[in-house]
Amino acid sequence: MTAFQHRQAAHCESGVTSALITHAGLPLSEPMAFGLGSALAFAYIPIVKLAGMPLISYRMWPGAIFKAMPKRIGVQMYMQKFSSPQAGADALDVAIDKGQVVGLQTCIYWLPYVPDQFRFHFNAHNIMVYGREGNDYLVSDPVFEMSTRCPREALTKARFAKGALQAKGLMYYPTQVPKDIDYKSVIPTAIRANYRNMMQPIFPMIGIKGIRYLGKQIIKLEKHKDRERYLPLYLTHIIRMQEEVGSGGAGFRFVYASFLQEAGQLLNNETLLKASKDLTDAGDEWRRFALRATKMVRGREEMNLRALSDVLNGVADKEAAVWGQLKNFAI
Amino acid sequence: MDKQSVPQDQVATYEGLRKLMYAVDENGNYVRVTSSGWEAESFSTELAVAEMIRQRDAAWQRAREGRASPLEYHMYRNRMDFDTLVMTTGLWRWRVKRHFKPTIFAKLNDNVLTRYAAAMGISVDSLKQLPSSP
Repeated sequence: MTAFQHRQAAHCESGVTSALITHAGLPLSEPMAFGLGSALAFAYIPIVKLAGMPLISYRMWPGAIFKAMPKRIGVQMYMQKFSSPQAGADALDVAIDKGQVVGLQTCIYWLPYVPDQFRFHFNAHNIMVYGREGNDYLVSDPVFEMSTRCPREALTKARFAKGALQAKGLMYYPTQVPKDIDYKSVIPTAIRANYRNMMQPIFPMIGIKGIRYLGKQIIKLEKHKDRERYLPLYLTHIIRMQEEVGSGGAGFRFVYASFLQEAGQLLNNETLLKASKDLTDAGDEWRRFALRATKMVRGREEMNLRALSDVLNGVADKEAAVWGQLKNFAI
Repeated sequence: MDKQSVPQDQVATYEGLRKLMYAVDENGNYVRVTSSGWEAESFSTELAVAEMIRQRDAAWQRAREGRASPLEYHMYRNRMDFDTLVMTTGLWRWRVKRHFKPTIFAKLNDNVLTRYAAAMGISVDSLKQLPSSP
């Protein structure tokens, strides 16, 4: 087995999964892992609160990429959770000592190498461990430029932190990879699944409808009883979820557009190349939304919630047009 | 997003970290570009952090005046909110809420205190105490 190469990624889960599969002998880019996992989404779920703010997500739940995607391309993944931290730490050591590079789900708050401002109690941060030296694990965290180290106790704490989406020490790695991927069959399947995420949601707070729903909710904030305090926090919360490290910017839209382009080039398909361009436009529109909303919060532009809602509706129109082109995509 | 438009705002909160983004080059091809951060994003992060500090200071003040137990202060101090504290300790909501009362918190046994302390990664002794400043 060749030495493990750290490679930076935009998003932790797609970064880890693409690195693990590439290391096992099947080259797979990060956008391809993301796209084949049908991971692009939008969800606005006001009844689930994170630090007092409604849940907003621009991608599928954790697992779409490291669990569902490998199955789709014929990669076998070993996956194990543990009932005790000791058992989890022991199993990790055994795997590493065999030369295995291991994917782990962790709580980012407990990882000491993470800058202070990113340390939130978020249980679904994915990293890799590729060796150990003394009391330190050698860690490849794909959202960072360089590989790093993490002391044993801290890593175990991060793997077994409790709460929403708790990892229970989850570790995973590919045990068998095929020689190549049948792109002609898996790309259309993945795109059709993603079409359903965006255009045929089970609830109206998800997909394109969810973006419009968020726009409507923003207008309602005009009459919020704690408007002065709540409104700036609410608007910047949307922006954080969209732009924070690990999102690739514009809520994963550029990552998915990059996937569409790669897929279009592989299959020599104009529809995909056009859809990639149009989704890039939609991503740019998300960023204009972020820019405008921050201007308003800072008082550099008059607060106009209806205007912000209009921007979101514009985003929804653009994304709906992209998925309209990809409806029933087949080759 | 064009390669040239990838923000390079040298955001202080990144502590030198640069994040990876995908952007389009002059030929329309997606390429990997690193970014030193975006002002709009860092402003949003700072606002969220400031709100946490505000809540922490308010809880410290309440504890100082004997209107709340130190538990609420330590919760915010360790970047948790009520829901996170409930879920990471596995205790009932109504119990955690009760433990915010100074008289009830003072009577807690070590077993319960250890659960709080472990969830926050601090010692039982520091959990019981309120520092002299927030």
